[in-house]
Amino acid sequence: MHLTKEQEKMLNGEYGEAVEKMMRLLVRLGDVYKAEKMVKISSAQISGVSYKSIGEAGLEFIDDISKKARVRVLTYLNPAGMDLENWKEMGINEKFAKKQLAIINAFKRMGIVISATCTPYLAGNLPRYKQHIAWAESSAVSFANSVIGARTNREGGPSALAAAITGYTPLYGYHLDENRQPHFVVKVNADLRFSSDFAALGYFVGRELKNKVPYFTGIKYAEVDDLKAMGAAMASSGAIALYHVENITPEANEVSTEGLDKIEVGNEEIKETYEKLNDEKEADIIIFGCPHASLNEIIKITRFVEERKPKKKFWICTSRAVKEIAERMGLIEKIEAAGGKIVADTCMVVSPIEDLFNTTAVNSAKAAHYLPGFCKQKVIFNNMQNLLS
Amino acid sequence: MKARTIYPGKVKGKAIVSKEPISFYGGIDMKTGIVIEKGHEIEGKCIKNKIFVFPYAKGSTVGSYVIYGLKKNNVAPLAIINKETETIVATGSILAGIVCVDGIDIEKIRNGSIVEIVAEEKEAEVMVK
Repeated sequence: MHLTKEQEKMLNGEYGEAVEKMMRLLVRLGDVYKAEKMVKISSAQISGVSYKSIGEAGLEFIDDISKKARVRVLTYLNPAGMDLENWKEMGINEKFAKKQLAIINAFKRMGIVISATCTPYLAGNLPRYKQHIAWAESSAVSFANSVIGARTNREGGPSALAAAITGYTPLYGYHLDENRQPHFVVKVNADLRFSSDFAALGYFVGRELKNKVPYFTGIKYAEVDDLKAMGAAMASSGAIALYHVENITPEANEVSTEGLDKIEVGNEEIKETYEKLNDEKEADIIIFGCPHASLNEIIKITRFVEERKPKKKFWICTSRAVKEIAERMGLIEKIEAAGGKIVADTCMVVSPIEDLFNTTAVNSAKAAHYLPGFCKQKVIFNNMQNLLS
Repeated sequence: MKARTIYPGKVKGKAIVSKEPISFYGGIDMKTGIVIEKGHEIEGKCIKNKIFVFPYAKGSTVGSYVIYGLKKNNVAPLAIINKETETIVATGSILAGIVCVDGIDIEKIRNGSIVEIVAEEKEAEVMVK
């Protein structure tokens, strides 16, 4: 791989030991994936923030780097394992909190924005069309590539951190036009009303197409929140990092679907997916916000519960940025009056909810996928209105 | 079989084969190396000190830290063989120093076979007994 003088210096340790280690990782990845050179990135998103996800090994790794290096570009952070301010209220124990705060402090030392959200694009880290970025967090990768048309590979936590610290990522994969062409046409002939319907569609397609690039036709309308749910689902049942939707996503009319195989998805497949993701009837709690709820989703839930108070308690997970505005709008008061709670900085998958609940109801196919394995939860998957009714 | 080296080294061990892709995050317990993804074809099996064979990784991008953590906890696989190694596994194996190769027909490796890997800087040889 061709390196510039500056990149050579980084690799030779002239910028210190941590930068050298990070550059070494990027060069190795670049060689493996036959990148010709590095490309400058405009922003990074770091995954692997919850102490529950990365454990002692991850904490040591990050702490070590944080004493020796700073990030060079706008760098945002994934959700932590708890609400960073109201963790006691969440039922988090002191020992876990101490470890989690140590991880957060290490990221802070590196100059990383403690955004603690999986939806950086809703909280101030918004790349533009065709801009090169290095994002981890599979749902944000999918959103940035597909809905915005920015360019990122599916980075892992450490490779995104390496890109943030050096300011570069190897130029391969989804950074190159030729790898952004679709492999399959997915013809949708289904009624998609709720974002959970889009999530079910995404979950089905992710299972079928694994790591390929789908091109959807037949989706007449989709809110940003619907695409957020669909992309997250595809990236959990499969490894899909990029999709196109005819007339909806920006690159859809720049790519070619000529000669591609077709799969069809109808109401039957959506129904089967709902069934597959349900293994219980009675929930201990309903949790929304996987990926983190947008302000619009919080407004919709508030309107619904104002009219009919739900029988079950519920949480909405979101970013601190969105929570602040919801608070200013008086939404939090209304949600609390209906038995709900807004939890910021974290989510149901990365916080230790198994200490609190056995069965969790969600409207997210991604959450429904991860909760059994990672939080030992039984799961109910349905749309927002049915869950709250 | 010829393969591409992701991370070099020489190892020999027993294969554990998954025909389905796997998610390290949420799919494998970092403390024990046991597969915990519900309904996965190798659910309940342990990857510690095995040659772990799977087509590619899926799911969360936290997987790299899980691979690094498996190594720190001494429950990592001896090596990883993929049909196609994507970034998450490549990063994890490079940081953890786990031998990793890809680009081979993994259908030719059976569960429990003895597999020897000689992975040089760029190319590797995989022998199945």
